[in-house]
Amino acid sequence: MTAELAGSQIVIEVVYLIASVLFILSLKWMSSPTSARHGIWAGEVGMLLAICGTLLQHGIIDYRLIAIALTLGTIIGIPLGRVAMTAVPQRTALSHAFGALCVTLVGSAEFYLRAPDISRFLMSVLSVEVILGGLTVTGSLMAAGKLQEILPQRPLTYKGQNFVNFLLLAVALGIAVYLVLHPDARGLFPFMILIALAFGVLLIIPIGGADMPTVISLLNGYAGLSAAAMGFVLDSKLLIIAGALDGSSGLILSIIMSKAMNRSFTNVLFGAFGQVQGAAAAGQEEKPVRSATAEEAAAILSAANKVIVVPGYGMAVAQAQHKVRELYDALTKRGVEVRFAIHPVAGRMPGHMNVLLAEADIPYDRLIEMDEINGDFPQTDVALVIGANDVTNPAARTDTTSPIYGMPILDVDKAHTVMVIKRSMNPGFAGIDNPLYYLDNNLMLFGDAKAFVGSIVRELSGGHG
Amino acid sequence: MASSSNLINALFIFVLAGFIGFEVIRRVSPLLHTPLMSLTNALDAIAVVGAIVLVGEHKSTLSAALGFIAVIAATSNIVGGFLITDRMLRMFKSSRPAAKP
Repeated sequence: MTAELAGSQIVIEVVYLIASVLFILSLKWMSSPTSARHGIWAGEVGMLLAICGTLLQHGIIDYRLIAIALTLGTIIGIPLGRVAMTAVPQRTALSHAFGALCVTLVGSAEFYLRAPDISRFLMSVLSVEVILGGLTVTGSLMAAGKLQEILPQRPLTYKGQNFVNFLLLAVALGIAVYLVLHPDARGLFPFMILIALAFGVLLIIPIGGADMPTVISLLNGYAGLSAAAMGFVLDSKLLIIAGALDGSSGLILSIIMSKAMNRSFTNVLFGAFGQVQGAAAAGQEEKPVRSATAEEAAAILSAANKVIVVPGYGMAVAQAQHKVRELYDALTKRGVEVRFAIHPVAGRMPGHMNVLLAEADIPYDRLIEMDEINGDFPQTDVALVIGANDVTNPAARTDTTSPIYGMPILDVDKAHTVMVIKRSMNPGFAGIDNPLYYLDNNLMLFGDAKAFVGSIVRELSGGHG
Repeated sequence: MASSSNLINALFIFVLAGFIGFEVIRRVSPLLHTPLMSLTNALDAIAVVGAIVLVGEHKSTLSAALGFIAVIAATSNIVGGFLITDRMLRMFKSSRPAAKP
């Protein structure tokens, strides 16, 4: 590199440094809802600086093509930023696929530009980049398809599944090693990518809908790590930093999600939860349950001092969050303290339930995490469960034979009265019977979540005026 | 390009950035985990810089074509990611009226 070039190169590197600092600040400001929007600005400024810095780079001659690509990307990006809040999980999965696609394509292009004149180290990280990238592309598309319910949500399993998956991965890694040693074998490169793509599909096929929060987080981590590997290949510190940040974020969220479901990583990926589900659903007996009408429920709620609402994904499916907000308003107006207990896996991705409730204008300081609120249930008059099932199942605490034994749950059974809005007595998503429903302090409110909450609200306002 | 000292530098950066990421993200409120994921997704799309260079340098038709698609994919993540994160964060309101400026 000559002396006069170094000058502009230094400017660009300083711009990248500023962008890196802004990215870290951006994530730091996400620690609280009051500062989080500064985080977006920091991220946007950092991104803009980095792109402008890159456009200044000496080797760039073709600006027209860049402009067209940036414009097309923006045109695709705008609708992806405007999806409904219930569709955010599949949107996120789709964007993991896009991110990984970018990384995989750049890795492939770099390979064909450089091979066979490529160092062993570079070929190794490049292989990591395209294998991780490739499996994330198809894996994320599969996850998005399952979340959008284009693909079946049920886990698809067959005999020897793990063996086939491991074999594929081993072949991909074998090709990578061969390419590291013989980079002139350029014809093998496409096979490595094809196998990584196939591996991504097969990896997600056996994973059921209930495990999607963990899977999305894991794919987020993979996307980050593949971007960091791309940073090694391009010797770009900015990319290494952004990839490491994204990778650690995905990793932390995956750990939180698997803990919340009492599963290990390996168990999510290779466990095939579906088989356990089938076994647990069998052998139900008729046990007496008590039920109540909307009128009775409204009377109990308005007599209460403290109410905790436990929303589950069923509430979002029934589009009941706006009715729930009306209930919150009606009860708050009567001086009842209403809070919401949020289980980490209450939605389809980490934190999803909070977004759905915030969209319905429920203040975020009323949304309380599981660990914080669990101690308050014994002093709570009414726990109202809407569309949640397994996360309230006391068998997770007591029944060692239960498939969800050990899973952290919301201790709703400790409240003075529990009311559960549910369509019928059919077991939920995971097919596990819930002994909560047969307890003496439990009332079943049979009906559609949205309609039932609506009639409670009508009763409350009718009784008032 | 990747001499051994560059490699060591890159590894230092990767490991240290990983630590920072771990410490910073551990402190993110679970309330905001969904916007966190869409934000990191947008930031991760910084990979666009590598793709821009591929398109701009136009060293071969293949590299420019692959780079072109890569720029589109990453840009849609940047635009969509920041947009939806902003939309989500706008929804989070406190019950204390003082929080509104």
